[in-house]
Amino acid sequence: MAESPVLEVEDLVRYFDVSRPWLQRVLAGEGRRTLKAVDGISFSIPKGTTLSLVGESGCGKSTVARLVVGLYRPTRGRVMFEGVELERARAVAEQRRRMQMIFQDPYASLNPRWRVKDIVAEPIRAFGLTTGAQQQDRVAQLLTQVGLSPLDGEKFPHEFSGGQRQRISIARALSSNPDFLVCDEPTSALDVSVQAQILNLMKDLQVRLGLTYLFISHNLAVVRQVSDRIGVMYLGRLVELAPAETLFTAPRHPYTRALMEAIPDLEMTGRQRIPVGGEVPSPISPPSGCPFHPRCPLANDRCKAERPGLIPARGTEQSLTACHAVEEGRDGGVPAAQRIGTTATAL
Amino acid sequence: MEPLLEVRDLRVEFPTRRGILTALDGVSFSIAPGEVLGVVGESGAGKSMTGAAIIGLLEPPGRIAGGQILLNGKRIDNLRYDQMRRIRGREIGAIFQDPLTTLNPLYTVGHQLMETIQTHLGLDGAEARRRAIGWLEMVGIPAAAQRVDSYPHEFSGGMRQRVVIALALCAEPKLIVADEPTTALDVSIQAQVIALLKGLARDKGTSMMLVTHDMGVIAETADRVAVMYAGRIAEIGPVREVVKHPKHPYSVGLMASIPPLDRKVDHLAQIDGSMPRLSAIPRGCAFNPRCPEVFARCLVERPVLLETGATRAACWLYDEASEKRAPEAMRHG
Repeated sequence: MAESPVLEVEDLVRYFDVSRPWLQRVLAGEGRRTLKAVDGISFSIPKGTTLSLVGESGCGKSTVARLVVGLYRPTRGRVMFEGVELERARAVAEQRRRMQMIFQDPYASLNPRWRVKDIVAEPIRAFGLTTGAQQQDRVAQLLTQVGLSPLDGEKFPHEFSGGQRQRISIARALSSNPDFLVCDEPTSALDVSVQAQILNLMKDLQVRLGLTYLFISHNLAVVRQVSDRIGVMYLGRLVELAPAETLFTAPRHPYTRALMEAIPDLEMTGRQRIPVGGEVPSPISPPSGCPFHPRCPLANDRCKAERPGLIPARGTEQSLTACHAVEEGRDGGVPAAQRIGTTATAL
Repeated sequence: MEPLLEVRDLRVEFPTRRGILTALDGVSFSIAPGEVLGVVGESGAGKSMTGAAIIGLLEPPGRIAGGQILLNGKRIDNLRYDQMRRIRGREIGAIFQDPLTTLNPLYTVGHQLMETIQTHLGLDGAEARRRAIGWLEMVGIPAAAQRVDSYPHEFSGGMRQRVVIALALCAEPKLIVADEPTTALDVSIQAQVIALLKGLARDKGTSMMLVTHDMGVIAETADRVAVMYAGRIAEIGPVREVVKHPKHPYSVGLMASIPPLDRKVDHLAQIDGSMPRLSAIPRGCAFNPRCPEVFARCLVERPVLLETGATRAACWLYDEASEKRAPEAMRHG
């Protein structure tokens, strides 16, 4: 565990220019507009572990996923892959091979005109790993590994259900022998019984192949099952970063608490949930200071003016929290363990 | 009490080039006045199809091929299009998943609300506008008197879904069919919308058929729940019983595969395989290829809904006649 992290992200920033065309801008007398999708986040992922990023739509979690594999270039900040700057690492095919991505929609991410065996073999061919009979054996082995039959290689994607397609995506991602997988909402498009299959498969593969995951999801229950550490994002920033168990037993940031409070549970205790008011503000014009302050029950003048840094939370030092109220002890200290349902949800 | 809605042995078919597909097969249930019935199932189970059949909006070539739908004891499944139009909105309100496609982008939300109110309640313009503003306030839209003249694109997703709810309720229907009303929303907004729907249904005594794949939403909102699988009802009963003590092996598997929020498990329970396609629904019980409890009778004879105590489940395990034959008979024989 003392090894250097597989991935390190330092003060990562990505802005998008969403200005209107020049002429319209001049005519309307308005300036450029910038969408701050990711606004200064830092984390690292040790080898063989899973870091999850959770948050609501528009919080920037998918942008982070794309930055980390080099699909976007950062506006500022650094991504280090095993101690090497991402851009330099990605210039070398051998390093590119070692990071792969699994996407959300298994209907859009597979070429409908290719046979499954060709889809799975594409990275093998692209990186020139094996050829001929060896390549066929490798494809058969990969398909078996993800719970499909080697005979499925002859079929086309439309012959498979959503869950099976996601298995094909995983086989494709694994075909170049990667060490690091970025999974962007890999089960969100799947039904719950199939989601369980895919999550079990991913956990199993992690243990067997020693994979490191960056897992992106909006579903806290899913994230709890797969993560070692969890980062909660809000408007392009990390508001809390904590070991998975700590985050669930002692959530600190008011937004994290609100999120957990908002999830409908199966307990039917009849408990009155207090939904957090308001909606996520636009990332084009985020609120001053702490981005959560307009919705936060603990906000005061300092929260409106000063942006909080991500620092260890008093009482739960393993948690990093970006909140003035937590720092000043205005949040009522460490919450009682388990604010959410305590008895088993599995029935 | 006489049920508000009664669905009897409903069968929906889709004629295709390769033969007739049966999307719903023998679906029966009822909804009492003021009751919320949750309908859950995975994609393709037929839950949205059931809702569409009730509001008379089956996508052609889909058609009701058998059974009856009764509202207040009167059949509505055989009405002409223009007759059904009067019922839709006035008697049955509909809420769909995507608030952006439900609203007409070319008209203000006030215009759309007033159109519905005037058509169904026959009020004049000024009174309709007053009511439209009242409904926007009721669903929690701030500054309703100004927002009534805004276009749908000027609202956020959560606010738009509130407008859709206002639109479904504004002609004061007795039944709401809500198809995945919170699925397109983020969790924090979802909680607001669920609380709103629940509150309005209770205050107005409106019945609701709530279609969703999210068991958490059902557990919080519904009185009874129907679990659907491959176009059939697998189990139906009080929500607490179905969630806590499911009887049908599919409901058991479905509940167990929901990742728990309150603890980490090493291995999630999973149901192997996937739901059959409509063109390849197995003989006997549709769940038999995935069922851990399958025995000989399941392969040949389709189960009917049987009393299991608090719920009714379509499973031969609960028929005394078949219990005598050990489930092992098939696997080892």
